[in-house]
Amino acid sequence: MSDVTATNQRAKRKAAGPYGKVGKALNELDDRLGVAKGGRTFMDRIFPDHWSFMLGEIALYSFLILLITGVFLTFYFIPSSAIVTYHGSYLPLDGQQVTQAFSSTVNISFAVRGGLLMRQMHHWACDIFVGALVVHMARVFFTGAFRKPRELNWTIGVTLLTLAIVNGFLGYSLPDDLVSGTGIRIAYSILLSIPFVGTYLAFFIFGGNFPGASTIPRFYILHCLIVPLIIIGLVGAHLFLLVRQKHTQFPGEGRTEKNVVGSPMFPVFMAKTTGFLFIVAGFTALLSAFAQINPIWQFGPYDASRISYAVQPDWYMGFLDGALRIWPSWSFHSFGHTIPFEVLVPALILPGIIFGLAYAWPMLERIYTKDNEIHHLLDRPSQRPKRTAVGVAALAFVTMLFIASSTDVIANFFHISLNSVLWAMRILTILVPLIAYPIAYKICKEMQGVHGAGKRKTHNIVSRTAEGEYLATPTPAYRDDLGHDLEATPVPTYIEVEPDEPDEGGVRIVDR
Amino acid sequence: MSEKEEHRTPVSLNGLSENDPHLLPAAKNPKTVEHVIAINFVLGTILTAGFGACYWVNAKPWTLGATLGGGLFFFGVGLVAWGKYLMPRGPFVEERHVLANSEADRNAFAAAIVERGGSVMKRRKMLGGLLAGGLGIFGVVAMFPTLRSLGPLPKGTLFHTDWRKDSYVVDQTGRRVSAGDLAVGSIVTVFPEGTQDSDRGQAVDQTVLIRVSNEKFTTMKGRESWAPLGYVAYSKLCTHLGCPVGLYEQELQLLVCPCHQSMFNVNNGAVPQFGPAPRPLPQLPLYIDGQGFLRAQAGYNQPVGPGFWERA
Repeated sequence: MSDVTATNQRAKRKAAGPYGKVGKALNELDDRLGVAKGGRTFMDRIFPDHWSFMLGEIALYSFLILLITGVFLTFYFIPSSAIVTYHGSYLPLDGQQVTQAFSSTVNISFAVRGGLLMRQMHHWACDIFVGALVVHMARVFFTGAFRKPRELNWTIGVTLLTLAIVNGFLGYSLPDDLVSGTGIRIAYSILLSIPFVGTYLAFFIFGGNFPGASTIPRFYILHCLIVPLIIIGLVGAHLFLLVRQKHTQFPGEGRTEKNVVGSPMFPVFMAKTTGFLFIVAGFTALLSAFAQINPIWQFGPYDASRISYAVQPDWYMGFLDGALRIWPSWSFHSFGHTIPFEVLVPALILPGIIFGLAYAWPMLERIYTKDNEIHHLLDRPSQRPKRTAVGVAALAFVTMLFIASSTDVIANFFHISLNSVLWAMRILTILVPLIAYPIAYKICKEMQGVHGAGKRKTHNIVSRTAEGEYLATPTPAYRDDLGHDLEATPVPTYIEVEPDEPDEGGVRIVDR
Repeated sequence: MSEKEEHRTPVSLNGLSENDPHLLPAAKNPKTVEHVIAINFVLGTILTAGFGACYWVNAKPWTLGATLGGGLFFFGVGLVAWGKYLMPRGPFVEERHVLANSEADRNAFAAAIVERGGSVMKRRKMLGGLLAGGLGIFGVVAMFPTLRSLGPLPKGTLFHTDWRKDSYVVDQTGRRVSAGDLAVGSIVTVFPEGTQDSDRGQAVDQTVLIRVSNEKFTTMKGRESWAPLGYVAYSKLCTHLGCPVGLYEQELQLLVCPCHQSMFNVNNGAVPQFGPAPRPLPQLPLYIDGQGFLRAQAGYNQPVGPGFWERA
């Protein structure tokens, strides 16, 4: 027995030999968990390099900042609608009757050391988080990264965006200030608008008639525990699928459907991505140091009978607010019932359609193109004019709704009548996407025909012959930008790429 | 193929010789880059230490953010530059393994579920049905008490306000409004006496009281006596989404909701003139009693605020 142990130990020492203490520690770990092989595979994982792959990282890291700053805020925030008399360090509010939620938020801003910075970082990180999700989603859409086998990850992503928006709204409501209270009032009325069950839903979710004392404690537990838990779970699933299916890559030299080209997980990708985490966190902190966000002490505590001018939600709720503003006042009253279409359509049916289409897109595209192949190489947006045009039109539509959420500010700023702005936005919201589609489509088609479009520029060598004639000879394209090493994959018939023009060694004059 | 181009061909990490060009740093002058990164790390250290100092002396919030943010930013830039310029330049390649399994493996998996499960289910159809049915009923039963305990039933609460016949009109401080209180053209938010401090009073009973110059003011047919001495009262809850209709455009005699810009015509029974609101603001009939106080002739004759299914 002792002989065996001694041999084992000698063998272990020998094995640990060339790698010293770290090697020994890893061996101990491997004895217990058997991680050597998997760990090695993980360290060797290759991540393709492209700037657009960082967009998802921004979302991930701003979510991390949200978690850290959020935990800090929970130490000082009191989720209660109980009325207290404010006697804090912000004197203009001294002696006012406010809720504990409001008073504790003002205290975080003025009395807790570092509290204002944490509050502002939390709010900015949320705005960045949702923004990064949207841009990341656009990248995935326009490059076709959602295609088989990644439809499930696309679905998880759309769910994450929905949850991020919902949780952003819940958190924004917690301080119980005048602006956020008005937001809750609107959310309550939107619930009321649902036929058959609306009043019951509103009463159950808010614990009774508006405003109700249950709102803030309930929103608090949803905002701090339940929704974040779901988000963390889905982020885990999203990353697991990413590692399992490996990252997509753009076509280029040596890159095929069967490999991944880039930098290894350890140490290159780890160094870069950790550095990027610091950059995102640093940027958020700098923004929070110099750009004020949500100064609730200026809005004052919520009072259902007061309101302020230019009431606007956070940017990601803007498209809903804009839709509510420009949708006409079509209400249905009959048979002893009311269906408030003026609320139901813009606040619930419209976002339902937008997100429903987002969920269904991979399936819709597969039905339309009959492309059931596995894709690991990404599309250039110009290679898929129809998809790109649909995406551009959809973004244009949502952007117009977003702009419509500022009708009053626009009217005031440019000194034009509110009525004209409203009617302009009603027309533009329909018109701009309709115009954006053909323009985007045309640009894509043009880019396909243009030599070197979407690729890095190379210089021309201009030479003069003995006769005085000038010749411009283009230098060869970057090797990465040539697709000549691509392995032949089944190409669906719908691809609208025009064949590469043969290189004539001269300048191709493009008629504009 | 030049040497520079040769290293651009991706290679596998496995079995690379130590002096393979793929393992060289990407930077042309690694020493210079190293110095730049070092400066970044030093700046990062100084600033994060400064963050600690600022926190210690309780300096202004922006100094906390500037030192913390700047410090993290420099650390980040240094790390990214280290990874990008000083670590093996690659590119490296990794094979993608087909995720799908062989036909035989798939069939075995499907067989396990379909055949094994199917044989169990076929033999004991009744048990399966009972279990599914029972759990389904349990699910529904469990849902009801959970949902029901969340809040009271709406009942009639959305149909009524606290305005009653003979309610005194009071302002936000609880002071009764009398006939001489308001100058022509002014506006005040009022409540039925006793509710001005309650949540419900503020959320549901809030009413705007406007004095117009016409002492025989009539907003519409049938409401001839509702606005004595030009005192007209409308519910302050927007019929669109329930925001307080807080802006009064005196020259145009419009009440404007700042949330979604619905406009209600004060002269004309608060009929929505513009914007998404579907219904006029309900009007509160007023009278002036013997002592000169404003009082309600009756409550609102319809539900106030946004629409809902049960509203007629």
